Amino acid sequence: MNLNIDWSFFTWELFSSFVLKGLYFSVILTVIATLGGILLGTLLALMRLSGRKWLMAPATVYVNGMRSIPLVMVILWFFLLVPLIIGRPIGAEVSAIVTFVAFEAAYFSEIMRAGIQSIPRGQVFAGQAVGMTYGQNMRLVILPQAFRNMLPVLLTQTIILFQDTSLVYAIGAYDMLKGFEIAGKNYGRPIESYLAAALSYFVICYALSWSVKRLHKKIAIIR
Amino acid sequence: MSWDWQVFCQDTITQEVGASCFGKGGDITYLDWMLSAWGWTVSVSLLSLVVALVVGALIGTLRTLPDSPWVVRLGNAWVEYFRNIPLLVHIFLWYHVIPAMVPVMKSLPGFVLVVFALGFFTSARIAEQLRSGILALPRGQRYAGMAMGFTTFQYYRYVLLPMAFRIIIPPLTSETMNIFKNSSVAFAVSVAELTMFAMQAQEETSRGIEIYLAVTGLYVISAFAINRIMAFIEKRARVPGMIAAGGGGH
Repeated sequence: MNLNIDWSFFTWELFSSFVLKGLYFSVILTVIATLGGILLGTLLALMRLSGRKWLMAPATVYVNGMRSIPLVMVILWFFLLVPLIIGRPIGAEVSAIVTFVAFEAAYFSEIMRAGIQSIPRGQVFAGQAVGMTYGQNMRLVILPQAFRNMLPVLLTQTIILFQDTSLVYAIGAYDMLKGFEIAGKNYGRPIESYLAAALSYFVICYALSWSVKRLHKKIAIIR
Repeated sequence: MSWDWQVFCQDTITQEVGASCFGKGGDITYLDWMLSAWGWTVSVSLLSLVVALVVGALIGTLRTLPDSPWVVRLGNAWVEYFRNIPLLVHIFLWYHVIPAMVPVMKSLPGFVLVVFALGFFTSARIAEQLRSGILALPRGQRYAGMAMGFTTFQYYRYVLLPMAFRIIIPPLTSETMNIFKNSSVAFAVSVAELTMFAMQAQEETSRGIEIYLAVTGLYVISAFAINRIMAFIEKRARVPGMIAAGGGGH
């Protein structure tokens, strides 16, 4: 060990001028991708469970396709394709948001599919028996229960999603990791700043997964 | 837009399309480069898998040992450490921080450091799966081993682990496929694997779509191959009557 680790350069000023902006983007990206991903994922799950071939086939291909490609490649694909499709260049940040919504939808759809399938068939029949349409049945009977059953899994996926946001490094978007990296470069202290980045991710993710565990216990008791 | 698959026959230096799509006499085409990148992806993934299986089996087993709370805590700490920090950060730690702290590591190529980072990262996930596999076994299995007079090592080696590993083959399959996907993160420290190739070749040739399609295809082929190999292993390793086909029951 011949390393002189020096934390003195690490001040609030550095944190607020480099890291905070990145953290803000990481959080925004996580929140938008979670909400968009769950919405789109639920739609995909409903398509896959619809029993109609022309709805099932595209949804299955989409979900399995997304799940068999590395996220970094998906990020690169969108960064290349989105400007071609809309005909004008977009920033790395916007591209990252579009990518994460599309990518996470595949994972959320698998969770929602499991959630919907965990609801006893009797619930569907009961809804039909009182004269509900498919939409009413889903909205008022099945999905609320599926969401509740799957809430811990959905939140765990969100934590994984937050960690995955670090991969926007591939297209140079400014996230929390990038913030630490630039700070480290500017102050000539890369080692301390990678350690600080690791610690920050750990504290955030550990706290989140601890809360999910507690929530899980609470829900389990009520049910 | 028009397709131009000729790009793979281009020389990487002169950018001229040669007669054959493989370079001659030391020149390489983009096709040569891509295939060698695929080789790096496969090497990183397989070596990481070996590290992950060895370390994961060890940690997973330690976490289920009876009457040794500190060993269990240590195992839990290992898993939490790797689960709560993104893979990219682990790779940076192994590539930038550890060689600075341990001078011996300075001489190691980036490839080896990435194998350690990816291997240890995955070991935490395999440890978690193995732990739940062992805990899923009926308690009587452990007691039966003890009653036979086996030592702790023996009843793990001959009774618990053989069954636990069979139970976790399905999650192990997806973890193996994850290793292949996660190996793409090695681009960040300039390992010449597929994603690195995709980024650089896209920049040099501006035929991004063709390049990305080919690379994506190779990832899908790799994932599919792993899936088939693991299905074969699962079939061969099945103990008749112990684990029902397609299910995890006992």
